Amino acid sequence: MEDLWSVALGLLQLWMFVVVFLIMLPAMNGLSLGVTGVYIQILVKILEWATIRIQRGRQERPSVPGPLPNGIIKREGGSMEQEMCELRSSRTIVGGEFDLSDALYFFKKGLESIVDDEVTQRFSSEELASWNLLTRTNRNFHYISLRLTIIWGLGVFVRYCILFPLRLTLALIGLSWLVVGLTIIGLLPEFSLRSWLSEMVHLTCYRICARALSATIRYHNKANRPQKGGICVANHTTPIDIVILANDGCYAMVGQIHGGLMGIIQRAMVRSCPHVWFERSEMKDRHTVTSRLRAHVAAKTKLPILIFPEGTCINNTSVMMFKKGSFEIGGTIYPVAIKYDPRFGDAFWNSSKNNMLSYLLRTMTSWAIVVNVWYLPPMTIEEGEDAAHFANRVKSAIASQGGLLDLAWDGGLKRGKVKDHFKEEQQKMYSSIIVGQNDISVCDEMR
Amino acid sequence: MGSSKSSLRHIPNAQELIQDTGFSAAHIQRLYERFDLLDRDQMGRLRVPDFEAISHLAMNPIGDRIIAAFFSPGKDTVDFPSFVRILAHFQPTDDNRTRDSSGKEPYNSPNRKLQFAFQLYDQDGDGKISRAELLQVLQEMLGMQVTDELLQSIAERAIQEADLDQDDAISFDEFKKCLEKVDIDQKMRIGFLS
Repeated sequence: MEDLWSVALGLLQLWMFVVVFLIMLPAMNGLSLGVTGVYIQILVKILEWATIRIQRGRQERPSVPGPLPNGIIKREGGSMEQEMCELRSSRTIVGGEFDLSDALYFFKKGLESIVDDEVTQRFSSEELASWNLLTRTNRNFHYISLRLTIIWGLGVFVRYCILFPLRLTLALIGLSWLVVGLTIIGLLPEFSLRSWLSEMVHLTCYRICARALSATIRYHNKANRPQKGGICVANHTTPIDIVILANDGCYAMVGQIHGGLMGIIQRAMVRSCPHVWFERSEMKDRHTVTSRLRAHVAAKTKLPILIFPEGTCINNTSVMMFKKGSFEIGGTIYPVAIKYDPRFGDAFWNSSKNNMLSYLLRTMTSWAIVVNVWYLPPMTIEEGEDAAHFANRVKSAIASQGGLLDLAWDGGLKRGKVKDHFKEEQQKMYSSIIVGQNDISVCDEMR
Repeated sequence: MGSSKSSLRHIPNAQELIQDTGFSAAHIQRLYERFDLLDRDQMGRLRVPDFEAISHLAMNPIGDRIIAAFFSPGKDTVDFPSFVRILAHFQPTDDNRTRDSSGKEPYNSPNRKLQFAFQLYDQDGDGKISRAELLQVLQEMLGMQVTDELLQSIAERAIQEADLDQDDAISFDEFKKCLEKVDIDQKMRIGFLS
């Protein structure tokens, strides 16, 4: 028994040594021992081998379904006018008349959208072009070859038994450091170095957390980094976005006060640094929110505010409508594009499928988080431009930089229904085919 | 895309579905994932609100009608086999099957497609499209864009054109005659990728 205890103690000491000296301390100072870099390179080699192996395997066994990154169906046919006129010309219908075949067009379009639509797929994880050896993205791939299965099994062992405990330890250390450190600073009297100290604590904590996720972050165009008194705006994929951005600068967070663990962290944060937390009731009142944010921005010495205008997490293949509220505050907007590499782990938080805890579990048992962050040049609202138009301009800039699809749909569609005026537009188009202006149908004009 | 749903073993009666509908195993798997995605409360069955959540469908003027086509009369949920069978109507016809396992015509034969389209109009299922039913469809497709009188006259003309036996309603045979020059297979077909 004694021996067992001393062995266990020895292991624990070794473990803590590794964690503190080889990971935590370099992380806090922004240094890297290069281990993660090597790890990522090895992973890339393995994944490339796996891809080739799977392609070969699929040729031999065609029953395994391949990935369809462009959707389940191929949409044929042209616009409503083209399709309808084709339908009608085969029946020599004169304009101004309805035909029973007209409904077939809407019928087909409706069924196509049931099978595959542009919006719903953005609220679930992106489909990969090949398997990345994670259990969660498995589609019968492990039947392809024995070697693949073995590597997969090894991967499971490494991720769950070696990497996960390491990451968990780091995360716990990081978070407790944040709470303890900030509470202490909050108790200190106001003196000039206080804000610098609080920034240091924030930064080191986020760096530890980033290591806890095996995150490799590449920042581009650091010259455009958000300045004090500005507003930083980025596309939203996961709560981890905050950790990613805060690794390279301090931001004032905006958000709702939560209960529980998140609440404790939030309260500790606000004691030492002017974050902007709202009660749930205040969030509903747009005026309160806007005026508080405006006051924060006007004081040019305060940290830049971090806002995610989409309002909800999207799966990192596209950028959805930016809510114009953030763009009505004034001040300079610093857009940031964040793009995760999906091969190493799916960063998207599907809040309807996973709660926060299971999401963190999944993220900490992925291979790694590899992310590119682009700082775009600052933008301000132009003369005579309204907030919605400005929001769209910023959104397009972010989308094109990050290689994401620029969609006009509202992220709120995750939970709500689409507005009626889209239906009216469809009805208008159809009526112009049947009735048209001055009784001349669009089809007659097309002939 | 979860791994737990990726194997055909998890799909009930998969083989039977493959035979009946003409979808390949890969298609069935994809459709199952889609079904699972739409199934918000994860009960294994779809409800009307699950369909209504699809934005492009909500924009469709006859969206509600299309949704109703999935639900058998009296039932308010759709299970996966029924879901697939409805979608099977929109498979291309050119696939050499003439009879499915129970001896009936396959779902994607031109006749079955036409029957399906007919049911879209004939909501009360009495085998005839009445004037009122036609008016309702026109209402949905045109909304507020035309006046009531215009709607009435359009419906009037359509009935007169199609109603050959002068019983003030359109039967299935009259419907078929009306659409005989339309390439039904091409117009009621979805290009499933494999």
